[in-house]
Amino acid sequence: MGRFVARRLLQMIPVFIGTTLLIFLMVYSLPGDPIKALFGSKAADPATVERLRHEYGLDKPLLQQYWNYLTGLLQGDFGKSFTGRPVADLMKDAFPVTIRLALLAFGIEVVVGVALGLLTGLKRGKLIDQIVLILTLIVVSIPVFVIGFLTQFTLGMKWKMITPTVQDSMDIGQLAVPATVLAALSLAYVTRLTRTTIGENLRADYMRTAIAKGLPKRRVVGVHLLRNSLIPVVTFLGTDLGVLMGGAIVTEGIFNVQGVGNTLFRAIQTSEGPTVVGIVSVLVIVYLVSSLVVDLLYAVLDPRIRYA
Amino acid sequence: MPEKTSPEASRSTVAVAAGGAAELTEATVKKADQNKPRSLGQDAWRELRRSPLFWISSVLLLLFIVMAIAPGVFTDADPRQADLRGHYLSPPNWSHLFQADWFGYNQQGQSVYARTVHGARASIIVGICVTVAVTVFGGLVGMLAGYFGGWLDTLLSRITDIFFGIPLLLGGLVTLQAFTHRTVWTVVLGLTLFGWMQIARVMRGAVITQKEADFVTAARALGAGTGRILFRHILPNALGPVIVVATIALGGYISTEATLSYLGIGLQDPVISWGVDISDAQKNLRDAPHTLLVPATFLSLTVLAFILLGDAVRDALDPKLR
Repeated sequence: MGRFVARRLLQMIPVFIGTTLLIFLMVYSLPGDPIKALFGSKAADPATVERLRHEYGLDKPLLQQYWNYLTGLLQGDFGKSFTGRPVADLMKDAFPVTIRLALLAFGIEVVVGVALGLLTGLKRGKLIDQIVLILTLIVVSIPVFVIGFLTQFTLGMKWKMITPTVQDSMDIGQLAVPATVLAALSLAYVTRLTRTTIGENLRADYMRTAIAKGLPKRRVVGVHLLRNSLIPVVTFLGTDLGVLMGGAIVTEGIFNVQGVGNTLFRAIQTSEGPTVVGIVSVLVIVYLVSSLVVDLLYAVLDPRIRYA
Repeated sequence: MPEKTSPEASRSTVAVAAGGAAELTEATVKKADQNKPRSLGQDAWRELRRSPLFWISSVLLLLFIVMAIAPGVFTDADPRQADLRGHYLSPPNWSHLFQADWFGYNQQGQSVYARTVHGARASIIVGICVTVAVTVFGGLVGMLAGYFGGWLDTLLSRITDIFFGIPLLLGGLVTLQAFTHRTVWTVVLGLTLFGWMQIARVMRGAVITQKEADFVTAARALGAGTGRILFRHILPNALGPVIVVATIALGGYISTEATLSYLGIGLQDPVISWGVDISDAQKNLRDAPHTLLVPATFLSLTVLAFILLGDAVRDALDPKLR
């Protein structure tokens, strides 16, 4: 187990370096000069441009810049954004908001998704199954930004149940609606996935044995069926936490949540290289760590899976 | 020195042996004529024909594809003609079927119906082209990694992992930001660049399970080259799961294109796109919700049709689910 974790952690290093290099090269080879952009429409003073370019290390070759960035990153230095503010500072404001939003969405997705999947899987073919299936199809088909607008329009403007945009990004109560919108798509997937695996496992021999042994239904469903059916669901959920944090770009934009998505989107639009690379690096770490957790969870759910 | 048997010779021996076997069991074969073995494709098609989901989605898709190819069939109104004085945000006339004012006008005084019909083209082109590009590229990567294994597999799989670390929407945003002038093709490029990984993984898995199969060993024994084994023997058998993933993903690409356009980093003005129209309509959500709801409905129906089609194809191709 310990050796497995160590090996996986080592394997993460090349992937982390590769992903950050990829995003670094893409962001910094963009046309347009971020330094000149700082001057707005005024003519830039060549000496100042040169000085700033040197200060940000933009006068060095791209790979050298990347190397400097990476060594800085290892010492916890995310660099400075072109507006002069340290990127770490920007992230300190944005990440707590998005982590709340993403965890809230994740919770909704797990609880409601697995419950609905279990319900429909057990009542396969019944009316409730058909209704939930059609609802999930509808949710999957409507793009998130449309769902967001519709929620904002109905709940916020027509019925005045919520304020159309979030006033205080740290307030869990106000984040509930954006989190539901953010969770909607994955929620539908989790429901469908759970339903399918429950349906498959219902026919398994061990289920017949468990029922034949006279175990109470709670135990058959809760321990035997659910535990065996959760492996594909956990795989999906594991990659989803990172997706939720990255996918918050749209939801945060619509509901004006001051989180990572908003910051990242603004940074992409204004070619704020250091901010984009910094945020994406953190998102990649979240993604890598959650896929490791998923691998470890396999062994918990299915004791036949062992890591030497 | 023993004579080397040519591939032809050994093939004819096999054929003779098979012929003999056929003669022996001729009676059984005749009896079971109705159940003669069908290929996976034929089997899937039989299954598909019986699926109502397949027909619903096909009819919907046909409608949208005709809309994309020949919008003139549905409307002769000009989607770019703006009449601000006469039609600023005028509401829909639900009884004027297929006429310019059916779904009302947007804030430029343009016919929402005409714009929505003309908007189908961009979405359909992006969806289909990205899917084809992703399937070809991802499929190739997956096939090479799965078939050759070893260091090539390690290298390609790590590259796949690296791209997997960046979500599609994020990758698309960063790529497209680089282009000041964006057309349908730039969007296709951006989505393909960050969309091929799933197909590569599925294809790699499918090829690995197929490459040890007896028919591959047989083909190799008969002297088939690597290219022939890969494309004539393994590919047709590994294609099933890839087609399923690709069809379901197609709807997602259309949705992502609309999201990018909505964020202002996707398609741009001369192209008519549902995403751009929805983005423009958000300002008037309160006064003229129809300007948002109509393109949003068409967009959702297109995505829905592709997802339904993907579901039907999966049910047809996966015998385990029957």
